[in-house]
Amino acid sequence: MNILQRLGSGLKKTREKLGSSLAQLFGKERSPQFYEELEDLLVLSDVGPEQASLLIRDLKNWERDSENDNGKDPVLFLEERIASFFPLDPPVWVEQPDWKPVVILMVGVNGVGKTTTTGKLAHRFREEGKSVILGAADTFRAAAVQQLRLWGEKLDIPVVHQKEGADPAAVAFDTVKAALARKIDVAIIDTAGRLQTKHNLMAELGKIYGLVKREMEDRPFETLIVLDATLGQNTISQLENFRKAIPVTGMILTKLDGTSKGGIVVSLARKFHLPVRYVGLGEGKDDLVEFDPVLYARALLRPEESLRSS
Amino acid sequence: MFESLTERFDRVLRKITGRGLLGDSQVDETLREIRVALLEADVNLDVVRSFIDRLRDRLKGAEVKEGLTPAQTVLKEVFDEVVHLLGDQKASLQLSSKPPTIIMLMGLQGSGKTTTAAKLAYHFRQSGRRVLLVASDLARLAAVEQLKILGEQIHVPVVVPDDGVSNPRDMFPKVRKKWIEGMHEVVILDTAGRLSIDPDLMKELVDLRNLYKPKESLLVLDAMTGQESVNVAKAFDADIGVDGVIFSKLDGDARGGAILSIRSVMGKPIKFVGVGEKVDRLEPFHPDRMASRIIGMGDIQTLLEKAQSAVSAEKARQIVTKASANQISLEDFLEQIRSMKKMGSADELLSMIPGASTLKSQVDFEKVESEMKRTEAIILSMTRLERLHPEKLDGSRRRRIATGSGTTVQSVNQVLKQFEQVRKMMKTALKPNGMRALKSLLPF
Repeated sequence: MNILQRLGSGLKKTREKLGSSLAQLFGKERSPQFYEELEDLLVLSDVGPEQASLLIRDLKNWERDSENDNGKDPVLFLEERIASFFPLDPPVWVEQPDWKPVVILMVGVNGVGKTTTTGKLAHRFREEGKSVILGAADTFRAAAVQQLRLWGEKLDIPVVHQKEGADPAAVAFDTVKAALARKIDVAIIDTAGRLQTKHNLMAELGKIYGLVKREMEDRPFETLIVLDATLGQNTISQLENFRKAIPVTGMILTKLDGTSKGGIVVSLARKFHLPVRYVGLGEGKDDLVEFDPVLYARALLRPEESLRSS
Repeated sequence: MFESLTERFDRVLRKITGRGLLGDSQVDETLREIRVALLEADVNLDVVRSFIDRLRDRLKGAEVKEGLTPAQTVLKEVFDEVVHLLGDQKASLQLSSKPPTIIMLMGLQGSGKTTTAAKLAYHFRQSGRRVLLVASDLARLAAVEQLKILGEQIHVPVVVPDDGVSNPRDMFPKVRKKWIEGMHEVVILDTAGRLSIDPDLMKELVDLRNLYKPKESLLVLDAMTGQESVNVAKAFDADIGVDGVIFSKLDGDARGGAILSIRSVMGKPIKFVGVGEKVDRLEPFHPDRMASRIIGMGDIQTLLEKAQSAVSAEKARQIVTKASANQISLEDFLEQIRSMKKMGSADELLSMIPGASTLKSQVDFEKVESEMKRTEAIILSMTRLERLHPEKLDGSRRRRIATGSGTTVQSVNQVLKQFEQVRKMMKTALKPNGMRALKSLLPF
């Protein structure tokens, strides 16, 4: 299954329960509740009530402006509209392919899948023929270091680590230093999960970022926030507060393999103009794929068709 | 937790405060705002719909009750609805009449099962029961290791799989032997995280259920879960059977939508909530108290209980006697600071005081807590003699204490001044009419 089919098959279940899919909604004679039903559909995808009503407003404006143009499809309009929120600026490693090392700092709240995603991301770079080093800077959660080391063994990648409870900033610093000294292509640093309301932990993150930045001598690097597709509107607060602590350069959306649609990224992309770098679609090490805004928007709005067409 | 929902309710109510009878359009406007507030809090859409419908009936049908303003009526109706959504009655864990009581935890990846298993084990251990943890998450790397470490921290034995065991079912004989030999009263099973739509993994849970026959199969859900939460819960209930729910990560700013949705959709009670990273941060769930916190009316009951468990009645009496004789020492002061810390974070405590939750944005909790820490360090750097007789603290002693605690002489002076104020305040409070005198010192 490719990304569309996977997304589609998950999304379809919710849709069936809802009983009125978009295709039906637009196909039939428009009922007086048409916009309301459409709004509900978006809310159920975790797009959020505010964003849902903004999108409805966009649609109404567009319909008014294109009154004489019968050839256009309103679903297509919404798809394009949603896809347009996601900026397409490439990551550091694409923009500056000669820079070494590429440093990626993985951040996020507890339980979103940072360590697993770190492993999968390392595997992706390895498949591209790049050398990778991992930094186990989650020194808080019991056995998190062990978890990353097992990933290292599985992928045959070195892991910089200290014992549990060690200073995470020191581990991050050592990882960058090791990557520089050993001329390694990519260094990925896993950090501890922290709820965005814990000020001391957010300050700690600022310190980790600061040390990495200093060691990188102000060359740009990626700070990717890992977001869980099964979580709802709280994700907005996560990104807002992480952005207060450190500059976030992109998002990774995990657990899109279930029935959850992670519609919240639509709001996040529109609000913060941040790209989604990858989406996690399953448990296997190959299940981290690049994000495609157009495919995502299509899978969000018409899962049945994305299943058929691919 | 829930601040933003509380604030939204507060705003809605403020708009109609001071109004006379509510007209139909005002009711509609109020209901619309409540609807958006609930949706933004991730309350399930179906639940929101029926909530709003019921509320509309009650607001439009009901005469404004004797003595209640429209704002109060709305508040009362919303409160009743929220309590109802949360489950009306407190639901406790059921213990088997014949030990051991077996508890199986299950849920999606990353919902906090392993941490919750340790918290639950600690909860039972604290009440004097013999607990056994079973690490049957053999899917996630190092999950077994994680539970093993947590078990060591709380002194609870953990059964781990033998080398080469990859199916958690195969651990059963070993676990059984262990609980018989160790006479364990409670056995807690941590399982791998899984999607409700993964048939193989759901089958594994069914097998475990049939094997262990748990008294309680509990679903662990992240309090931040979105619209999908109720479907996840329904799927687990249909396939395995859910006896209750534990919500994790309430210490963030989760708006609690999943908590408000789960009961009415699945009909299964919430039994515990996780409110912090530390192992003692698991609370029994009380629907009325939680409703009260959500609506912004505070939770005095939990506050009192926390105070009671932190300070014994005997201790409290001693303090009162000393205070009225003006004999409070820095030792007592230190003890008070410590029992406050035991009660929970300042942030958490303030949200339990009625009406105070809206003040929260104005208080710098980090600062409050770091000051408390500094005060503690300073007192700890004093000798016992100095603590009992602060008047002996001359310049050179103060300098020594400052160096010892890594602070400055100014900070030491500040602590002593603060202590003097507390001493005076307590003495005043204990005089006849003292509470009134004390109240005049407070800003509200």
